[in-house]
Amino acid sequence: MIDTPPQVAPRSDAVVPDPSSRRRRGRSPSESRGPVATTAIYVALVLGTIVTLSPLVWNVLSSFKPSGEILLAQSWWPETFTLENFSQLLSGGEFPRYFFNSVVVSVAIVLGNILLCSAVGYALAKLRFPGRGIVFGAVLVTFMVPSLVLFVPQFVTVASLNLTNTYGGLILPLIITPLGVFVMRQFISQLPDELLEAARIDGSGEARLFFRIILPLCGPAVATVGILSFVMSWNNLLWPLVVAQTSDMYTLPVALTTISQAEGSVAYGPLLAGSLLTILPIIVVFVFFQRYFIAGIASTGIK
Amino acid sequence: MTTLAPKAPGRKKRSSQALAGWLFSLPFVTVFAVFFAWPILWSLFMSLTDMTSRDLRTPFNVELVGLDNFAAVLSDPVFWRSLGNTGVVVLVAVPAVLVIALFLAVALNRGIRRGKGFFRTVYYVPVVTSIVAIAVVWKFLFADNGTVNAMLATIGIDGPAWLADTFWALPTIILLVIWRLFGLVMVLFLAGLQAIPQDVHEAARVDGAGSWRRLVSITVPMLVPTILLASVLMTVFIVQVFEEPFVITQGGPLNSTQSAVMYIYDEFGFGQYGTAAAASYILFLVIGLLSLIQFRVLRSRT
Repeated sequence: MIDTPPQVAPRSDAVVPDPSSRRRRGRSPSESRGPVATTAIYVALVLGTIVTLSPLVWNVLSSFKPSGEILLAQSWWPETFTLENFSQLLSGGEFPRYFFNSVVVSVAIVLGNILLCSAVGYALAKLRFPGRGIVFGAVLVTFMVPSLVLFVPQFVTVASLNLTNTYGGLILPLIITPLGVFVMRQFISQLPDELLEAARIDGSGEARLFFRIILPLCGPAVATVGILSFVMSWNNLLWPLVVAQTSDMYTLPVALTTISQAEGSVAYGPLLAGSLLTILPIIVVFVFFQRYFIAGIASTGIK
Repeated sequence: MTTLAPKAPGRKKRSSQALAGWLFSLPFVTVFAVFFAWPILWSLFMSLTDMTSRDLRTPFNVELVGLDNFAAVLSDPVFWRSLGNTGVVVLVAVPAVLVIALFLAVALNRGIRRGKGFFRTVYYVPVVTSIVAIAVVWKFLFADNGTVNAMLATIGIDGPAWLADTFWALPTIILLVIWRLFGLVMVLFLAGLQAIPQDVHEAARVDGAGSWRRLVSITVPMLVPTILLASVLMTVFIVQVFEEPFVITQGGPLNSTQSAVMYIYDEFGFGQYGTAAAASYILFLVIGLLSLIQFRVLRSRT
């Protein structure tokens, strides 16, 4: 049985099946379908798996081939197994710098989103203040306007703040994302008000309330926001491409793009090793925090 | 005195809540004002001026040119080519993603018992994978003498020069767009499917409806809100297709894979900020219009 995607918010409606339907579902699928049909479904799913994973498998295997062998495309398996690509990438050159930049930018964006999205989320969910409706309206508008059509004026703004080619320019526009605000607001609004009332009667200030009571209860939502913003910033190309102007400020996607577009002089082995090292951190994070990825997507889907 | 005493803390509490509300909202409001609201307003102004990269230091020292930028964009054949290519990507990739995702979601939800978690994980991997890194891999796989053609050769097919071919380059890009996104929609559909009450299925099965019939008559109709949402999300997302063609073909050969956002990026790269802002607004209107049409069409069917 498929494990139900964990809900970001403790919702009460029908996504979590009640025990009786769980029991019924347990025996229903194969009853109405013969073994032939079930086998056909498995064959299709396995073929799909092979197609889905083959570009990644190809990347892994090819990054252990010498550059010459990569171009010959004889077999998937390396005929000559070498670690040369990785040692070349990590010793000389700027790759460690790109990796460092990506880590700095992503970590800052993740921490910023966790802290700032939960702060607005808390204000929108639990605090009464004049202008709350306007703030929430602003979140909605940000969510609906496609960000890619905004990069030109955003760049001019960043340039007028003297932030081009700086970490600030790479980080600040993405430090708080509307999706993160939604997830936090939805989660916090499900926490019981009595909790806050009790603490307020005891004389806790709002800041203390937020850090001591609300935030510690937001574990799953914080994980979801952190992971969504990590994927977004680690894989982001357009914004760093526009803001980073010298190679010492490139993030990994910008560097990979620039290197792969420089036809002719490209060292294919190190390029593919670099591509693998770009994918690897995100796969590791995905494997460890899988359920929060899927919860995040499901919560955007069924708002 | 005695009547005022209980009121005073209440008012104080309320005003401290208001203060806290503003303070907690301040970071968002600042980022919103500086990096969102202001740029949107500015770009409207920008699209009406002759601003170029040379004006970056003195951004208001520019000439108003009226609607010239919009006219220039709309009379540029490369813009229409970009928009046309983007349209093809949307028209092929969105339905393909929806169909593949629906099939997988139904298969995972009711078709099999074992390995559901495994398949869901595997199909979700492309969604999180760095698109640039995979685009680099795609470039190798579909090279003229690359792995795909080598595999086709073993079954006797002489494959085209995919990415160097004005006809095949776009389909090769579309394939990557589909690869990247079907897992996302599959997860949306899985969540939607789990909200459908089991009793309806049971009742239909008792009445003798086969699994295909139940899929068409129960599952799909009850999933319409999710399908609607997914198709709007995918359309808005894919209209902005950029990384795949930018990394793999840079829009070539002969603009056959140039996308609308790439067009904006190119104008920006040439330093034509006014034109780039105008093109952004046109694309924004196209996206808004498409979402509206989709909502209307799919709503009317339910």
